[in-house]
Amino acid sequence: MNYHRPTSFEQASTIAGASDGTIRFLAGGTDVLVQLRADILTPDDLIDIKHIPGVKDISRTDDGGWRLGVAVSGAEMTEHAELSAEWPGLVEGMDLIGSTQVQGRATLAGNLCNGSPAADSVPGMIAAGCTATVTGPNGSREVPVEEIPTGPGKTVLAKGELISAITIPARGANGGDAYLRFIPRTEMDIAVVGCAVNLRLDGDTIAQARVALGAVAPTARLVAECADAIIGTTLDDATLDGLAHAASAACSPIDDKRGTIEFRTHVAGVLAKRAAKIAYDRAKGASA
Amino acid sequence: MALDGQKTAYKYIGTTPDRPDGLDKVTGRARYGADISMPGMLHGAVLRSPHAHARIVKIDASKALALKGVKAVVTRADFPDGLDGEDWNLQENCMAGEKALYDGHAVAAVAATSPLIARDAVKLIEVDYEVLPHVTDVDAAMKDDAPVIREGAADFSVPEGLHPNVVRYFDSGRGDLDKGFAEADLIIERSYTTEAAHQGYIEPHACLGQMGEDGRGELWVCTQGHWFVRRMSTAVLGIETTNIRVTPSEIGGGFGGKTTVFIEPLSLALSRKTGGKPVKMVMSRNEVLRATGPTASASMDIKMGMTKDGKITAAHGTFRMQGGAFPGAPVDVTTMLAFANYDIENVHHIGYDVITNRPKQAAYRAPGAPMAAFATESTIDELCRELGLDPIDTRLKNAAREGTRATFGPKFGPIGLVETLEAAKTHPNYSAPLGPNQGRGVASGYWMNWGGETSASVAISEDGTVTVSIGTPDIGGSRASMALMAAEAFGIPYEDVRVNISDTGALGVNEPTHGSRATYASGLATIRSAEDCIGKLCKRAADKWGIDPEAVIWEDGCAKPSGPNAGEFPPMSLAEIAGEMGSTGGPISGHFEDSPAGFSGSFGTHVVDVEVDPETGRTTILRYLVVQDAGKAIHPAYVEGQFQGGAAQGIGWALNEEYIYGEDGRLQNPVFLDYRVPVASDLPMIDTVIVEVPNPGHPYGVRGVGETGITPPLPAVANAVREATGKRICNLPLRPSRVLAAIQGKG
Repeated sequence: MNYHRPTSFEQASTIAGASDGTIRFLAGGTDVLVQLRADILTPDDLIDIKHIPGVKDISRTDDGGWRLGVAVSGAEMTEHAELSAEWPGLVEGMDLIGSTQVQGRATLAGNLCNGSPAADSVPGMIAAGCTATVTGPNGSREVPVEEIPTGPGKTVLAKGELISAITIPARGANGGDAYLRFIPRTEMDIAVVGCAVNLRLDGDTIAQARVALGAVAPTARLVAECADAIIGTTLDDATLDGLAHAASAACSPIDDKRGTIEFRTHVAGVLAKRAAKIAYDRAKGASA
Repeated sequence: MALDGQKTAYKYIGTTPDRPDGLDKVTGRARYGADISMPGMLHGAVLRSPHAHARIVKIDASKALALKGVKAVVTRADFPDGLDGEDWNLQENCMAGEKALYDGHAVAAVAATSPLIARDAVKLIEVDYEVLPHVTDVDAAMKDDAPVIREGAADFSVPEGLHPNVVRYFDSGRGDLDKGFAEADLIIERSYTTEAAHQGYIEPHACLGQMGEDGRGELWVCTQGHWFVRRMSTAVLGIETTNIRVTPSEIGGGFGGKTTVFIEPLSLALSRKTGGKPVKMVMSRNEVLRATGPTASASMDIKMGMTKDGKITAAHGTFRMQGGAFPGAPVDVTTMLAFANYDIENVHHIGYDVITNRPKQAAYRAPGAPMAAFATESTIDELCRELGLDPIDTRLKNAAREGTRATFGPKFGPIGLVETLEAAKTHPNYSAPLGPNQGRGVASGYWMNWGGETSASVAISEDGTVTVSIGTPDIGGSRASMALMAAEAFGIPYEDVRVNISDTGALGVNEPTHGSRATYASGLATIRSAEDCIGKLCKRAADKWGIDPEAVIWEDGCAKPSGPNAGEFPPMSLAEIAGEMGSTGGPISGHFEDSPAGFSGSFGTHVVDVEVDPETGRTTILRYLVVQDAGKAIHPAYVEGQFQGGAAQGIGWALNEEYIYGEDGRLQNPVFLDYRVPVASDLPMIDTVIVEVPNPGHPYGVRGVGETGITPPLPAVANAVREATGKRICNLPLRPSRVLAAIQGKG
């Protein structure tokens, strides 16, 4: 195994592009180092991107959104008061991952690139409308987060490509988001189902919405039918039932040791309702 | 058995000083199994079978041996033939012979100059397997078409006509079942299952073995019982027991699972093959879950009859348990304790010990008792519901008491079940209001406890302190308890007592810290050794004063003349006598050895409140109360810790812990992420009430408390979920998908 410590994303991309074997990028390392130690995967080239300038920065974009470096940890996000106030659902999703120790290292980009359908930070990013900056041999491009994972452990990233930043759009007025996951325990577990809802109100009526589901399909999924079910409503009981139905209908989960198809499909609807209510209340609070 | 001579007023017993090992543990100074290192040490690694059941056709280690840094490879060919009984079982489990019997079964082991080289070398060992049909479920393993795991494994107890996988059979009872069921106003029959659960100790197995070509050596190991490790390891290697000396490390949990051997004989065999280089072996969590002993899984049928006013008239139980590929599922204990809480005239138990393609089970806290309690206490709860009876009053009506002939035979001496039920009934938790989707469950449980081979020494030191040497590793605060008992016996401060866990070279044979025996048996041995010392201390004072030793008494840490007739001398403290002992006759020490038989069982009653999310089936523990008889609590904080620990493990077993096997016979969840023990935030602070009905067989009245606490939680939680949801679920764990299916009527 060769260890590399590039000082720019272009250099990182060049090293990755030149490798003949398995490569892994090291940011937080909470997946890569665990896989190494557990003898699940030993990359031929391990490319440490923590030393590239700016990777630990959380900064405002010109349009009022946020740009997060790829080595920003969950703990740094949670402790960032403005970011947490604007995007509580997205930040909570990240905060649910692992223990306090893991939170000191784990990153949004790492959680996304690990490619797990159950990644807790991903539905929140999708619902928020986040994009990933992908840097590669042909320069950089912006890719919607929902397009990054393509299946369990797989991403759209080509050889020599890596994520160089995550961009969160401007919150805007009267908005709120929420993320809920179902686990049998209270901590230290992997989502059996995850659901994120992000919406904006016009008065009491939902004007815009994005709903994403995790752990119920090969990738986390943006579900337009769920958004359609609640846009133009005040989230009355009939709307919530319609939302639950749409969420369950969007599921194509697997049966495994963590949950059955039937259970995951049902609970996706339950979580969609609960997350929508929280997001709605947060948007109301924001507009009060 | 009156309590004549038993102390009732104490100065140190019942206080809660800091544990002597506490500072070492919180500062990292304590040395656990993997912390032991030696110059020139090699590192071991094990190749494990990926198959549930396979014939080992050929093992070729030549590529591994060619790797730079690899010093030795051992396979079964490096172990002697001709073992039988449990010795053969241990050898076969430590290293597979003709067949790999479960996913994770050791097939070869390597010693190399670094852990990474050893790990890489393991991958270079080539094994030809002929994969065989497998079975991992207890009921499936008893069916006619089940693959035979080993012909001839059954003992004399098994009736003809049963599948060869049934290896032991138990049948016991008394009275007239037909008459008993005829007297019942209500009879309920149910079938139940529980899954295999792992002890879940945080510290993986670790050892450092060193053995020369002469077959002599040493072993440093994380264990609950180093004399057991010595006997088992040498038996597996075919050498004399005392050829090795075994020193225990600090231990990060065991719960019964560290009373046997896995990697220890392998490290010694590797060391011998390298000409005596020390070989360290440390298991990964994956290895711990796949290849060490979880407890047995169970399938059970219960039939019980009750009168309208709550009297149990008859009880019948059939218990089928698998404990992996070897005999040993604790179904004997399961049948013994199934109905032991109650005074039942007509009772019958049948038990089947069945082998399957799973790892060899090991002891786990009250082995065999929690499964039986789940089945019987759930059935009693259902009887109480149908008849409109209070669960505590009904248990009080049937409770075993002093003089009751136990369902397993002997008459009970003084026991505390009634006292635990009464304390639970008056505790505020039993009358706390419940909200929607909430329910309360009650269950009682029992563990009979144990004495066992015990040897201890106490030495007086020249600085006036006392050093206690015992042979039971401190797994739950027993050094603090020994120090308190020694302080009480001598009448000296707790801080003036040092406690050692001695190696196998320093004391006579000691059984492990198992069977809830350490505080009882090593405690008794400590007190008796102290009394032996006190006699010698009094003699030194008598010699100095020129009076008869019989005229000297020991009081408040001092030798004193027994009265005015003995003479007028100022008391001599322990420190004074100790300071002079070099010139008054030499060192002073006391000893005790016995297999004390005065142990007595501990009953407990648990009350739990749960809330079940009706939309997801997820259970939250709202309140939890443990009431248990400790006889006499030596260090009440550690007694409470045992109560709480047992409850926490039982709650995990009830709600989420389970061994999950795939169609391929491989363990699906050999990692703590998916083998779900409760995390701290899953549990409320567990309330405790210590009941003290003294055990007449111990000088201070001690009963072991370690195991009873895991017995009631399984039925208590299930009974609470029954009340919260209206659904009786007879299969553990109560994972959310299962509870939701029951709520939705699909269960």
